[in-house]
Amino acid sequence: MDKIFNHRTLIALLVVFALVFPLIYADNRYVLHVMTIGFIFTISVYGMNIIAGFTGQLSLAHAGFFAIGAYSLGILTTRTEMNFWLALLLAVLITSAAGLLLGAIALRTKEHFFAIYTLIVGYLIYLLIDKWDGLTGGIRGLIGIPIPDPIGPLNFESATAMYYLVLFFLLLSIFIAVRIVRSLTGRTYIAIRNSEELAQTLGINTKVNKLISFVISVAYAGLAGALYASLTRFIGPDVASTNMVFNFLMYLIVGGIGTLSGPLVGTMLFVWLEQFLRSYQEYHLLIFGPILVIMVIFFPTGIVGGFYRIKAKLQQKKVPKDNKYFNPVPAKSTKK
Amino acid sequence: MAFIEVKGITKKFGGLTAVDSVDFEIEEGKITAIIGPNGAGKSTFFNLINGFHKPTSGSILFEGKDITKIPVHKGAHLGIARTFQTTHLFEQSTVIDNVIVGHRLRTKSNLFDAIFRTRREKQEEDKAYEIAMASLEFVGMAHLADTPVSTITQEAKKRVAIALALATGPKVMFLDEPAAGINPEETDGLAQLMKKIAASGITVCTIEHKMQMIMGMADKIMVLNQGAKIAEGTPDEIKNNPVVIEAYLGGEAIAEVN
Repeated sequence: MDKIFNHRTLIALLVVFALVFPLIYADNRYVLHVMTIGFIFTISVYGMNIIAGFTGQLSLAHAGFFAIGAYSLGILTTRTEMNFWLALLLAVLITSAAGLLLGAIALRTKEHFFAIYTLIVGYLIYLLIDKWDGLTGGIRGLIGIPIPDPIGPLNFESATAMYYLVLFFLLLSIFIAVRIVRSLTGRTYIAIRNSEELAQTLGINTKVNKLISFVISVAYAGLAGALYASLTRFIGPDVASTNMVFNFLMYLIVGGIGTLSGPLVGTMLFVWLEQFLRSYQEYHLLIFGPILVIMVIFFPTGIVGGFYRIKAKLQQKKVPKDNKYFNPVPAKSTKK
Repeated sequence: MAFIEVKGITKKFGGLTAVDSVDFEIEEGKITAIIGPNGAGKSTFFNLINGFHKPTSGSILFEGKDITKIPVHKGAHLGIARTFQTTHLFEQSTVIDNVIVGHRLRTKSNLFDAIFRTRREKQEEDKAYEIAMASLEFVGMAHLADTPVSTITQEAKKRVAIALALATGPKVMFLDEPAAGINPEETDGLAQLMKKIAASGITVCTIEHKMQMIMGMADKIMVLNQGAKIAEGTPDEIKNNPVVIEAYLGGEAIAEVN
């Protein structure tokens, strides 16, 4: 009971902090912008976590789908002057449809073959965007993507308003991720990650479940991409680049792959670290590299996983046999 | 109508015939054992019935229904469960969290139920939890429900794996070397558990190397050698079968059996 209380307090504090953050930095658009970008990347990384962290299929096409979301919104709003909200919805649907199609093919491969295959799929999406001048503007990119249309009295002209809009989608994304992971559906995904063979003998249709999980993850990427396009108002083929997907992967691994708060922790850490190390330009990789290596060796489940492991060890010393060692589905279901 | 009927099943891997036209019947509610030297095709035979391998020729009938070509997960829905030599449990999770998913195949909650936490989701989660606890109770592991799998013994893991298979609500359970890697005392315990499973109405079919265990509990034994069935019968018939003694048991094993 104590633990749940602490958990809830921490979450409430974080939400309050996120809500008052723009008030603290009301006159600093730059800080708000970085935070908003961080939130958008976090949404994308939550998506990656569902397929890679919980279902155990490392998809490296994630930036490609992020770009499909961004370009769908960009093209729909600039070329057809469609209403922003309709375009946002369509962007997510288009990305999901692309995910369904590509996932159905990609998921015929397994493990590292799947990773390599999706890496190539991601690169093909990049090439397609880069070369298809007529549709995407090619290397020049898409400019003049509009800000979201006002909803009644709410308009999104200020950086603060965009911040709150993205925060809303972030909280929704996290909420849905938590719901999925803690449900029977989530248990199904975790069973597949654990052992596909065993999952099959338990009556789980691994093909269908992996595909659904892939489409969910891709929908997250599409939403994040669409929000990104609307925030930056300019997108180029770079959003689909291989660099981008490895950034997402780095955020996920350092934060904690297969944990519920890992994507938030990892993304926020790196987005801000990158800002602080800005003056060192390319040399910031000299710092990121070793961090990543150390994390993978000593904390394979990232900061969050490591935190739970240390906590569990401390608890184990106090009361043996009451160990909550990295359990992605804690509290409710296990304690009745 | 036989419960499970295997008709002339053959599996070839390239030039190697792993299982060679085997005819076999498994009776309902009994304990059936499959024995044979290493490489005799026992595991392949299991994988054929289970659906992991598709046979080169022959067919498998389960309660009169042809299951030769159905995918593995469909077999589970019909009531075919199995365990593996390596337990495949998720070490970092608790015992109960490993077993809850066993009931998943009897639930209908989908993504929509998950996101909106519908009444169906909640009811089915509760049901899955109850069934998991009951299965753990059955194998005598309920007291370890909240313990991480990484901290329990090998024998306990075997029992948890059996509980997981039980949670799927099977009619027949295939156990692949359940007693591998555990000591004689624990082996007796597992034999007791298998008898208990059979007594509860679930047919048991096991691959096992520990002769003493098999002879003490099996109702029927099939002996495979180089992919072919060389004998079939009660433990006493098998013990005295000269072909079996020649092909498999040898002097040493006879001493152990007697």
